[in-house]
Amino acid sequence: MAMKFSTEDFKERIKENIGDDFMRKAVAGAQERLHTRRLDAAEELGNWEEWRSHGEEIRQHVLENLDYYLHQLSENVASRGGHVFFAKTGEEASRYIKEVIQKKEGKKVVKSKSMVTEEIHLNACLEEAGCEVIETDLGEYILQVDDHDPPSHIVAPALHKNKEQIRDVFAQKLDYDRTSKPEELAMHAREMLRKEFLTADIGITGCNFAIAETGSVTLVTNEGNARLVSALPKTQITVMGMERIVPSFEEFEVLVSLLTRSAVGQKLTSYVTALTGPQGEGDVDGPEDFHLVIVDNGRSRILGTEFQSVLQCIRCAACVNVCPVYRHIGGHSYGSIYSGPIGAVLSPLLGGYDDFKELPYASTLCAACTDACPVKIPLHELLHKHRQVIVEKEGRAPVSEKLAMKAFGLGAASNPLYQMGSKVASTVMKPLTKNDRISKGPGPLKAWTELREFPAPEKERFRDWFTHHQKEKGDGKS
Amino acid sequence: MKVSLFVTCLVDMFQANVGKDMVEVLERFGCELTFPQGQVCCGQPAYNSGYVEESKAAMKNMIQTFEEAEYVVTPSGSCATMFKEYPRIFKGDSEWEPRAEKLAGKTYEFTEFLVEVLQVEATGAKLEGKATYHPSCHMTRLLGVKDAPMKLLNEVEGLELITLPNAHNCCGFGGTFSVKMGPISEQMVDEKVASAELTGADYLIGADCGCLMNIKGRMERKGKPVRVMHIAEVLNSR
Ligand code: SF4
Repeated sequence: MAMKFSTEDFKERIKENIGDDFMRKAVAGAQERLHTRRLDAAEELGNWEEWRSHGEEIRQHVLENLDYYLHQLSENVASRGGHVFFAKTGEEASRYIKEVIQKKEGKKVVKSKSMVTEEIHLNACLEEAGCEVIETDLGEYILQVDDHDPPSHIVAPALHKNKEQIRDVFAQKLDYDRTSKPEELAMHAREMLRKEFLTADIGITGCNFAIAETGSVTLVTNEGNARLVSALPKTQITVMGMERIVPSFEEFEVLVSLLTRSAVGQKLTSYVTALTGPQGEGDVDGPEDFHLVIVDNGRSRILGTEFQSVLQCIRCAACVNVCPVYRHIGGHSYGSIYSGPIGAVLSPLLGGYDDFKELPYASTLCAACTDACPVKIPLHELLHKHRQVIVEKEGRAPVSEKLAMKAFGLGAASNPLYQMGSKVASTVMKPLTKNDRISKGPGPLKAWTELREFPAPEKERFRDWFTHHQKEKGDGKS
Repeated sequence: MKVSLFVTCLVDMFQANVGKDMVEVLERFGCELTFPQGQVCCGQPAYNSGYVEESKAAMKNMIQTFEEAEYVVTPSGSCATMFKEYPRIFKGDSEWEPRAEKLAGKTYEFTEFLVEVLQVEATGAKLEGKATYHPSCHMTRLLGVKDAPMKLLNEVEGLELITLPNAHNCCGFGGTFSVKMGPISEQMVDEKVASAELTGADYLIGADCGCLMNIKGRMERKGKPVRVMHIAEVLNSR
């Protein structure tokens, strides 16, 4: 699966990333900045909960009627002279795109940011076919220059790098000799990219939302690069996940308001672009040829299941930005291009449990993600659902855990068993207890006491104390 | 007012003093308390690990145990949340769903019960020193109890409250997460401990026994001087 970029074991990845101080500082800093900005932006809008509910309704409505809107979108793109290709798999999508480029004898491809093209591994496919592919989103560009370092965040793909590291990458690969000031770095990237824009023959963009009623695709960016990608090259190919549709511009407005506020705490981003088909008569710019590639790649399998709500996602990364686990392990630990809570829910669905079965456990179910999600996806419940599926349907839980849980089931349900166990606990644990604490526990306590002290069981349980207490009170009364 | 105590398995076995303090506070405000002896555990450890079927027996036991109760009060936001989840878990089960519904409707977290039901904010507690409060995740986000603890703490004589930096971040407990994902849990709890230290507080206060056991255990292991207290202990200080 192309979403996956690491063959390393999950535990190894965590260890490595926890040791990366630069990354952790960068992530913690970004989380804190974005946290306040997002809350302020929501407050400034007012009635945030109503907006969220409205966003949720729109997304649910689209998913319930997805075939209708896909049909409408396709008709409208076609009626304006665009081509629509529906790809069942990632391979099919990449193959189609490659063929379009080959037919045009295209050599140079400029791309704006798109997670779905990462998902289907498009760049590698095009490069194999002899194309030069250039990422034009600043973050993506940095990663590309740095030998295709994988993205660690769905909105800010190079979040794990600080400016000094970026300067070093540029110095090494691009003969950059200026400072690590963000403006200078960005300026340099712009200079490099400008040449590419002018000589590219193919532009590939992602799509934030496609508008079924008009057949338009919309792009929300802060850099404006997506505009150039779609305006300069003669052929434009837009790639979208099949669920990224809204009925009309009216619903689009609601979702863009939620998206920009949740993603970066802005009322609006610098550029919101809507493109409708190829260049028409009288248009001053735009492509001569327009292709819309709609990618399924496992999404239709999620429709109609208990995981359907994950398809409501508008990829704002608010859940990532509040996640206390992501905060410490960073995006690369997830081993999927989709990281954070949304990644932990989505990756096993699109990529399978073989590669991603640990991800649903990399959460305390603290629900910060659910709270932040602008379209009200119950992320922590979906993480829990995954656990249930892994245990009950997939039968992948370790035997020792299964036995322990069976024992728990018996003990916790049966009062006599619990009564007996809890009564003798203090005596049993006595040899291990010092100063009312256990510092080195056996069996299931071992993992706990590797990090923390564990309290010694009470000599007198609460329930026994309470019985005496009631009796004393009764005696006092009489 | 008749109140049935649901003290949680952690309090029963490991933190009996939290239960005792809760009893004394509630009695002071005229509650008539009972402790239904059938109670064991709300089922959360198995449930959260994905063992839904295994955990149902524990839940049914709790539903039966508290069937006659008028109010159910617990010193743990997370366990109260679990009771509130029962109707969703038994959805479609004609026998258990309505019974779960009834239990969820009469269950209150301790501070919520004091403020919302008993309408008490000033408990007459006295505790000298600086304190910081950790809002636990399930209690604030899922149960929606955010203000009650602060209202109560603000009335404690001698207590100076200092805001905990990044208070909203989870402490890294997460039930079995704390042992399954040890290395991540360690980073999370370490940051919580460091934040608490940064405030210069004498006490770190919380309203969830699991989270407090995690933070306290880590503080003790690292030899930190901050004292970890359950809010019931604070409200019963005088
Ligand atoms: S799951 Fe929700 S919060 Fe996370 S990226 Fe998607 S829309 Fe944003």
